[in-house]
Amino acid sequence: MSTISRDEVARVAALARIDLSPDEVTRLAGELDVIVDAIAQVSAVATPEVPATSHPLPLTNVYREDVPEPALPVEDVLAGAPEALDGRFLVPQILGED
Amino acid sequence: MSAAVDLVPFEEALKRYDPVIGLEVHVELGTRTKMFCPAEVEFGGEPNTQVTPVSLGLPGALPVVNRTAVESAIKIGLALNCQIAESCRFARKNYFYPDNPKNFQTSQYDEPIAFDGWLDVELEDGEIFRVEIERAHMEEDAGKNTHVGGTGGRIQGAEYSLVDYNRAGIPLVEIVTRPITGAGERAPEVARAYVHALRDIFRTLDVSEARMERGNVRADVNLSLRATPDSPLGTRTETKNVNSFRSIERAVRYEVSRQAAVLDASGTIVQETRHWHEDTSSTSSGRPKSDAEDYRYFPEPDLVPVAPSRDWVEELRAALPELPAERRRRLHAEWGYADAEMRDVVNAGALDLIEATVAAGTSAAGARKWWMGELARKAKSDEVELADLPVTPAQISELQGLVDSGRINDKLARQALEGVLAGEGDPTAVVQARGLEVVSDDGPLLEAIDAALAAQPDIADKIRGGNLGPVGAIIGAVMKATRGQADAGRVRELVLERVS
Repeated sequence: MSTISRDEVARVAALARIDLSPDEVTRLAGELDVIVDAIAQVSAVATPEVPATSHPLPLTNVYREDVPEPALPVEDVLAGAPEALDGRFLVPQILGED
Repeated sequence: MSAAVDLVPFEEALKRYDPVIGLEVHVELGTRTKMFCPAEVEFGGEPNTQVTPVSLGLPGALPVVNRTAVESAIKIGLALNCQIAESCRFARKNYFYPDNPKNFQTSQYDEPIAFDGWLDVELEDGEIFRVEIERAHMEEDAGKNTHVGGTGGRIQGAEYSLVDYNRAGIPLVEIVTRPITGAGERAPEVARAYVHALRDIFRTLDVSEARMERGNVRADVNLSLRATPDSPLGTRTETKNVNSFRSIERAVRYEVSRQAAVLDASGTIVQETRHWHEDTSSTSSGRPKSDAEDYRYFPEPDLVPVAPSRDWVEELRAALPELPAERRRRLHAEWGYADAEMRDVVNAGALDLIEATVAAGTSAAGARKWWMGELARKAKSDEVELADLPVTPAQISELQGLVDSGRINDKLARQALEGVLAGEGDPTAVVQARGLEVVSDDGPLLEAIDAALAAQPDIADKIRGGNLGPVGAIIGAVMKATRGQADAGRVRELVLERVS
């Protein structure tokens, strides 16, 4: 059963900024179908007594005290910047989207 | 940008529509370090000097939750009468924008740390309006973009943008109301008063400096209209980043007027975000909410759940400070002001100042006289907040002390205050430097009295004849001659002695 349409793949790809060719959209629609079906089987097995798992480790409350540690030197911060100006990252103009 | 938009006057719009507001308020917590990494947070630092691999989203960098930030979030939840989650988790909110180097914001989605609360908000006339709180959740701030080129630093027309990540990762708590209904024509005022009340609570809890002008507190204003209070909710717009109390009120008014015009023309309201323009007090269309709002939230795999123990929550509840509303009630009773006087004091932002002045030893009435009189006028004419005037409660207390001890009178005190405001020093120093003390030596007074009597012989005769009416003219002349530094009561006594 096909649950993922090509339109959905194209939309999610656009949201994730991934440029896909029409062939790739078709192929991924099929592959995502397989994944969704597999997860549907898990859902069918899971009963209300089985809580959803978002973390495999039985840990909670892992905290850090609010104590400063040295920051990265600015040179290191900007080392990966495609371009920099006045200690800041320089990026192409941002279109009217926020 | 300046395309003419039809607007229906606010009062007119309210005859046909019932406004419903909703507010999302972000507060930057005043922790020493960021939400998920130990970069020190300081306002105004050089760009990109408060950045770690976590704030940059470098591969392999792992976040760890700041315990103090969680504590602050719980305190905020408790102060807003919320339930505190027994367990909650973080989620990734995915979006692409240069201010967000990870390409997702770490936030909370289906499991906020606090939920189901309320806040009673006092309006300017003393009416109490209850605002229901849906949730308060933890998240992190984004970096700061500066758009270069184009006009006025706006996105449109910018040639490039410069990004500073010092702000990226500063802890935020976002507080979301349920739809606020029943406010009617007072909707703008309720919105403003609610955010104001939140600001006061943040400061009282000491979880944030909560300075609006620094963007520590930012509000998104949701507004929709419906035909009657019984109609279903209309389509809403969300005006982003409204950052002053006055603008919050204006943004509500503007959207009521704009949406009413659209609906009157049988149009439909587009569900969208809108930009607030401080300069024109208007909003303009941002992006539609539909697709862009698909943030593909999912649980943050790098952070484990936050499960505050009930003991911790109760400990924090027990340690909550006296909240602003309680404090106002207590001070009102202690000071004995009339209701209207108290409201004026609160609305003028004079509460802390008067409290500190009283604490420094001045009577409540004396403190109010200065802050709500001379100083309120000064603040108004200078267009600044009372608290920003260059005078301290201790100085006002000292000033009133000089009046109480008889060293200066009210008129001289006002001159001394001028000197204090002009930066000439503390009141006592100004009084000495300007020679403002009341003349207590009878010698110079008698000289001035004799001169005045001689200058106005008719009046002197009348007084001698037992007609005390014109004595004021002599006192006035003496006051003038002593540049206001005489004690008028003493002058009167001396005049009467002189002519008898």
